[in-house]
Amino acid sequence: MSHLLDRLNFFSKKNVGTFSDGHGVTTREDRKWEEGYRQRWQHDKIVRSTHGTNCTGSCSWKIYVKGGIVTWETQQTDYPRTRPDLPNHEPRGCSRGASYSWYLYSGNRVKYPLVRSRLIKLWRDARKTLAPVAAWASIVENPKKRDAYTKKRGMGGFVRADWEEINELIASANAYTAKAHGPDRIIGFSPIPAMSMVSYAAGSRYLSLLGGVCMSFYDWYCDLPPASPQTWGEQTDVPESADWYNSGFLILWGSNVPQTRTPDAHFYTEARYKGAKSVVVSPDYSEAAKFSDVWLHPKQGTDSALSMAMGHVILREFHVDRQVKYFEDYARQYTDMPMLVRLVKKDGHYVPERLLRASDFDGDLSQDNNPEWKTVALDRKSDSVVVPGGSVGFRWGEDGKWNLEERDAAGKETDLRLTLVDESDRDDVADVGFPYFGNREHDHFQGTEHEDVLVRKVPVKKLALAEGETLVATVFDLFVANYGLDRGLGGSNVAASFDDDTPYTPAWAERITGVPKDSIITVAREFARNAEKTNGKSMVILGAGLNHWYHMDMNYRGIINLLVMCGCVGQSGGGWSHYVGQEKLRPQTGWQPLAFALDWARPPRHMNSTSFFYSHTDQWRYETLGIDEIISPTAPEGPWDGALIDYNVRAERMGWLPSAPQLKSNPLELADAAEAAGKDPKDYVVDGLKSGDLQMSCEDPDDPANWPRNMFVWRSNLLGSSGKGHEYFLKHLLGTSHGVMGKDLGATGGQKPDEVAWHEEAPEGKLDLLVTIDFRMSTTCVYSDIVLPTATWYEKNDLNTSDMHPFIHPLTAAVDPVWECRSDWNIFKGLAEKFSEVAPEVLGVEKDVVLVPILHDTPAEIAQALDVKDWKKDEIDPIPGKTMPQIAVIERDYPNVYKRFTALGPMMDKAGNGGKGIAWNTEVEVEHLRELNGAVTEEGPTKGMAKIETDIDATEVILMLAPETNGEVAVKAWNALSKFTGREHAHLAAPKEDEKIRFRDVVAQPRKIISSPIWSGIESEKVCYNAGYTNVHELIPWRTLTGRQQLYQDHLWMRAFGEGFCVYRPPIDTKTVKPIIDQKPNGQKQIVLNFITPHQKWGIHSTYSDNLLMLTLNRGGPVVWISEVDAQKADIVDNDWVEAYNVNGALAARAVVSQRIKEGTIYMYHAQEKTVNTPGAETTKRRGGIHNSVTRAVVKPTHMIGGYAQQSYGFNYHGTVGSNRDEFVIVRKMDKVDWLDRPSTDQPEPAQ
Amino acid sequence: MNATVNTVLFGIYPYVAITVLILGCIIRYDREQYTWRSQSSQLLRRRQLIWGSVLFHVGILVVFLGHLVGLLTPIAIFDALGIGHGFKQMASMAVGGAAGVISLLGGLILLHRRLTDSRVRKTSSFSDIAILALLNLQLIIGLGTVFASFSHLDGSEMVKFMAWAQGLYTFDLAAASYIQDVHWVYKLHLFLGLTIFLVFPFTRLVHMLSAPLRYFWRSGYQVVRARDRRARGSARAS
Repeated sequence: MSHLLDRLNFFSKKNVGTFSDGHGVTTREDRKWEEGYRQRWQHDKIVRSTHGTNCTGSCSWKIYVKGGIVTWETQQTDYPRTRPDLPNHEPRGCSRGASYSWYLYSGNRVKYPLVRSRLIKLWRDARKTLAPVAAWASIVENPKKRDAYTKKRGMGGFVRADWEEINELIASANAYTAKAHGPDRIIGFSPIPAMSMVSYAAGSRYLSLLGGVCMSFYDWYCDLPPASPQTWGEQTDVPESADWYNSGFLILWGSNVPQTRTPDAHFYTEARYKGAKSVVVSPDYSEAAKFSDVWLHPKQGTDSALSMAMGHVILREFHVDRQVKYFEDYARQYTDMPMLVRLVKKDGHYVPERLLRASDFDGDLSQDNNPEWKTVALDRKSDSVVVPGGSVGFRWGEDGKWNLEERDAAGKETDLRLTLVDESDRDDVADVGFPYFGNREHDHFQGTEHEDVLVRKVPVKKLALAEGETLVATVFDLFVANYGLDRGLGGSNVAASFDDDTPYTPAWAERITGVPKDSIITVAREFARNAEKTNGKSMVILGAGLNHWYHMDMNYRGIINLLVMCGCVGQSGGGWSHYVGQEKLRPQTGWQPLAFALDWARPPRHMNSTSFFYSHTDQWRYETLGIDEIISPTAPEGPWDGALIDYNVRAERMGWLPSAPQLKSNPLELADAAEAAGKDPKDYVVDGLKSGDLQMSCEDPDDPANWPRNMFVWRSNLLGSSGKGHEYFLKHLLGTSHGVMGKDLGATGGQKPDEVAWHEEAPEGKLDLLVTIDFRMSTTCVYSDIVLPTATWYEKNDLNTSDMHPFIHPLTAAVDPVWECRSDWNIFKGLAEKFSEVAPEVLGVEKDVVLVPILHDTPAEIAQALDVKDWKKDEIDPIPGKTMPQIAVIERDYPNVYKRFTALGPMMDKAGNGGKGIAWNTEVEVEHLRELNGAVTEEGPTKGMAKIETDIDATEVILMLAPETNGEVAVKAWNALSKFTGREHAHLAAPKEDEKIRFRDVVAQPRKIISSPIWSGIESEKVCYNAGYTNVHELIPWRTLTGRQQLYQDHLWMRAFGEGFCVYRPPIDTKTVKPIIDQKPNGQKQIVLNFITPHQKWGIHSTYSDNLLMLTLNRGGPVVWISEVDAQKADIVDNDWVEAYNVNGALAARAVVSQRIKEGTIYMYHAQEKTVNTPGAETTKRRGGIHNSVTRAVVKPTHMIGGYAQQSYGFNYHGTVGSNRDEFVIVRKMDKVDWLDRPSTDQPEPAQ
Repeated sequence: MNATVNTVLFGIYPYVAITVLILGCIIRYDREQYTWRSQSSQLLRRRQLIWGSVLFHVGILVVFLGHLVGLLTPIAIFDALGIGHGFKQMASMAVGGAAGVISLLGGLILLHRRLTDSRVRKTSSFSDIAILALLNLQLIIGLGTVFASFSHLDGSEMVKFMAWAQGLYTFDLAAASYIQDVHWVYKLHLFLGLTIFLVFPFTRLVHMLSAPLRYFWRSGYQVVRARDRRARGSARAS
């Protein structure tokens, strides 16, 4: 009872014996003190949550709460069991997740709304006399006042504010911006909805109701592999990690599974125990390399040379010299290989042109509907040209013929011809030229001396077309010729032996990649042989290591070709496993209406971020890559001039890519102007653009009228992690101190763009207001004007899914948000409320004219079939949705934004829901939601509608509307698809028709999703989720031009840039080293290295990189890795402070010297926060620099193609990507380490 | 000094202080076991701690033991042992003075560290700083009494304090009157000492009571539990 009294036992014997010669004693001492240790692990409750970071893990965790405090977390072990013979999913989790609870109470936690003190002083001053919106106007319209806070971004100066005041400021800024410039100047960046979908939806719903712009992320992060939409018409679809176990041959290519896919790595180990062979392709001795039976280490960036050589071997041994029936059948039914391609003359030989279409024939081969979009092939049965079903022409405008049955348009069975190589089949053999880029000079990459155009013999057929006799060849024959195989047709540039030095033999590849040709032959042969024996159970797991190069498409298509040659795609245990970015938002179609307020207005404003940031951070002003460096020697005639940004402008103009801001004019004023002119708004815009009265913003991104003005960043660390060209962001978008050391085209005299206005003086500080919402003080927060404190992943209710497993997870609030934090849902709800309050000062119900690009999976995706015509150059009329963006007029009810935010709007009843081109009715689900969430009872425009008050209400909206979580919807969706394909699919979901997954269900236990036509794999008791499964097994076409896996890309721009077929392209020369290498000596030796930024072990992007526990496991601050050889060359020893710099900027980090790293490269694990233990860089005299301080985004024209079946825009589906691996930096030991521990006013001026 | 004030300060206040000390310690020991510790800041910063702490503790332990023996040993025992008052006075001035200087040196280092080291300062409570300041002040005043003692090297004043202290624990109601006329610096020293007793249970000083002295004569290196019902029973009862 009393500690003291209990110890008053001086008369009882405590020690009752001894042992071990008196070294041990037996005692009867009080044991109460042990309670302390017992209590250490006692807790009040366990709550299920997960870590909503951009990680494909999506692991279920137990969060322990004790005395109202989150104390620690451990892995959940209650996943539903897998079927017998398949290992279970758990344990899932890693050291990063296990350290998360540190954040909740750490010093780095954002605890209160923070605002730049200079800004809040101005605001309070203005508010004394002015109404809110007028107050904001008085600040930003006065350049002096505006500069007072914008020029101080990133230099401290935050003070606490209260929610009421800060919400009013933000809402006023938004209202002012919408009124003065247009709602499309309000930008929001938030990535990866799958990591916390409600939190994403909160902000995007607010923005969409305003008419603001939601920015893409998957492409910007360069996680999107454009090869996937090009080949499959699919953003990305991949097997779940459990499917690795079903594989017989696994290649890990540029992916580091144990380090970056930690919770899934056990399947890899288990597959090896089961007997799968493992090959790891990685320049460095990565953690994955220890899994390998064979470790191939090509020179970084030359992966496509390696895969082309492997393809050469497989074609030779499994398709040409010997035919494998399974491979042939697969190629015939599931690929474009039997399709015919026109050959046209150029420079004395032929080049492959576009795929032949039904419209090329007299009478359109009796196709009335979309003959221009129906590809053709030769049928062996009827020995004639047929139109196989399944091409995109069948998808739109007619029913029931869009499938992969081996039939022609009339329903007759076909047996398509793959090759014309037999003398009896061909009419002739033609000389066809293929571009070769491997001979281009590069300081750091080995080339070969082969010609620019490799002319090879291809068997052809002469067809009588409407325009006359034309030579055609099958894709397969061209494909084989492209690989340089000698098929007995003679001619040069082909190889009969693997030892010939001809592109693309193994001997040739050895010169480029450094991988011995015997290894290439062995791996290729075994890969294919395994696929032959198992019907396609060979798999490649590939990742950012390949995809972050400028020519990532080639790296990817080279591998995709291997998989398709061997019939692996769509087969369990086989296929393409691209695990980069947590792209799989499983209940996507349920989430979209909530996220983009589609229940109130359609379409929303979306923007592809790479193009946006390329123009608005003015990175285009420093462009060094000329079109002549990437254009193909076989390019068709065309105006292949201008600069990279010109192509983006053309793409926006032709409706291929979205625009934001859209027009120089305020879109809220256009409808009125149209009315005044007596015109329909659509015609008004078309005429205005044509006459030049209206201008697209992309043509002059530096004009203040076209600046983005307000920006929200939430669930993201844009400036500390993904912002390629970090220093350009600081300089031009933010207008603060920066480390850009290069000069723009105005100063260097480089080629300026044709289509974009050039301002001698580049703008600095385009944004009026940058608001970041985060729970930790990230680098982005540091640079913001306002930081709002949000709930952590243990303090809110949300949903989370991944591509690595088929479960839906919840995030649940273990404790309430601490200090003054609020969940994202509540933050944006609060903003919406405030906005509705202040908006009536300047805004009422307004008409907003929205420009929408031509979207994939809509009937508009078949825009310009045979050629590319630009209305601006009078080549064609501007037709919205065909040759230019679609134009929509949308009503915005600004005073009712809050009411709309919190109720499910009427469009769900009226217009239904859908995705990927199919649509279904949702009246039943809306009614169910009304019953589940309750109906709005207050008078007003939302009375009687289903409520969305809380985050849990929002999750229910998602779960109810999505086919993946509502069996009834799944059946509806499959039936909707059956209309297109003419085949029955509902059996895939029928057994689960009555299943409805609710939020409380997933809180109880993670739930497996229901098979849905939104995805190409299925959930069943028989197979694991595998991408392309329903295409192969249900005969649902891929959503491409041919409806098949498309290995030949025939769009004009693809051909112009030499990527019709996959070729080897060396990395580009970014020219960032030479102008500066001798300019800033510090007395130390310098070395030039290729700058590689892989994912790290001690963080998930920048998250955890500022976490004490993770910092303790690493070196406690930023590090770069270099090889022992390079270190020696530059007199660097381990743990030295080094600087890496080029014209883009500089960074300081400690060197890790390791034999693991390949000579010639420097690895900087990406996104190490510059807020922790980071000194200034010597050259810029600015703190740190992050990994992106030395990079700059370079866009690629082929990613801008639009309105062309699979190559049509979709949010995060297609578009320019932000590559960064072709960059080189100068590395040297730092002379003096300056921690810049001084007030910002005493900071030295950067040397420009 | 007014006799009433003198009685309150040195006749009544000592009992108040010692009662608070005893009861306070018992309550804290029973109710707040996790606070019963020295709260060492060594993990936060080693700098200055070793010199400061060792000097301070060595000095203060000598001073403390000197006070304990010197004040509480009945005068008769000194007389019986033949230790003269003058000698005792000289000895205590010399030893106490030296130990006091050592202790003060350590104490000032610790105080400087506590106030200026950012990490230590941030984690210090009011009581942490106050008690250290109090101890240093007391050391300074204590050293001040050494100078006062030069004017009566015969030990006559010292005998008064011994009578007072022994009067307190024999509940002699007139105890305070024995020191009615001593120099004010002694009185200040006494008052502050009693105040330190008073605040003792509310500070980290309680670690004095749990010094792991038994460790030095522990009997075994491996300690196991007896399979004894009583022992197990008591553990379970908690």
